[in-house]
Amino acid sequence: MNQPHFTYEAEGNTLIVHLPEELDHHNCSGLKYETDIILSENYIRRILFDFSKTRFMDSSGLGILLNRYKQMALSGGTVAIYGAGAQALRILKMGGILKLMKLYDSKEAAVTG
Amino acid sequence: MSEQNKPEILKMEVEALSKNEEFARVAVAVFLARLNPTLEEVDDVKTAVSEAVTNAVIHGYQGKGGMIYLEVEVMDQEFTITIRDIGIGIPDIKQAMEPLYTTDPDGERTGMGFSFMEAFMDQVEVQSVPGEGTAVTMKKKISG
Ligand SMILES: Nc1ncnc2c1ncn2[C@@H]1O[C@H](COP(=O)(O)OP(=O)(O)OP(=O)(O)O)[C@@H](O)[C@H]1O
Ligand SMILES: [Mg+2]
Repeated sequence: MNQPHFTYEAEGNTLIVHLPEELDHHNCSGLKYETDIILSENYIRRILFDFSKTRFMDSSGLGILLNRYKQMALSGGTVAIYGAGAQALRILKMGGILKLMKLYDSKEAAVTG
Repeated sequence: MSEQNKPEILKMEVEALSKNEEFARVAVAVFLARLNPTLEEVDDVKTAVSEAVTNAVIHGYQGKGGMIYLEVEVMDQEFTITIRDIGIGIPDIKQAMEPLYTTDPDGERTGMGFSFMEAFMDQVEVQSVPGEGTAVTMKKKISG
């Protein structure tokens, strides 16, 4: 089981982060390191988190999102989310994320903005 | 159907490794299934278990490992779980349970774990002694 937990995709100045099925402490471990490298080596104005495969998230996932938001806000960039299911949505709402990030139904809608 | 007035019990010990966080919450969800929970109730319990087990791994044992003890009891649609570690313990439980309170040094945590446990379960009780460890007991009535 050597599957990477996150996969990344670039669309112009937008970085799309495809999240794993289980967004917990174990699976979050590499994200900070990986995104730090990508953000330092590329001109990224916007991060989109793709929740379409994610069936579970807890406070560890929330921390990941909030810290990427803070990081992007420092440089005037934004963060948005698409494809979130019922369980993730409840965590996102209770964690106050929806006040900080726009929520889209599909990748197309999110990329268009 | 569980027989009236006779608790059914699950006891588990898992190593405090991050990969066991998913194992623990899934195993507990399978045990919970006998109460015919709604999907939302399953998610509630899984999230609360994940928070407590993750706290034992990260804070209780500070990533150095140890054993985590889970004890689940179901009786008449009442679900009770205790998640215990023999780690560093919590000096001020009331403060630890406040929303956004965290002792995390690297800034990746938000201090929402206990808030989620309290939001998703009917009752959360924490017992802890510095240097001896922490036990989190949570209860939830399952609609069935
Ligand atoms: N099992 C434990 N052993 C020792 N300390 C603990 C334990 N569980 C929680 N704590 C303490 O309580 C604090 C708050 O826990 P809580 O789960 O609410 O937030 P967090 O773990 O810091 O962040 P998050 O859960 O949002 O990722 C922790 O930062 C830690 O100091
Ligand atoms: Mg926590």
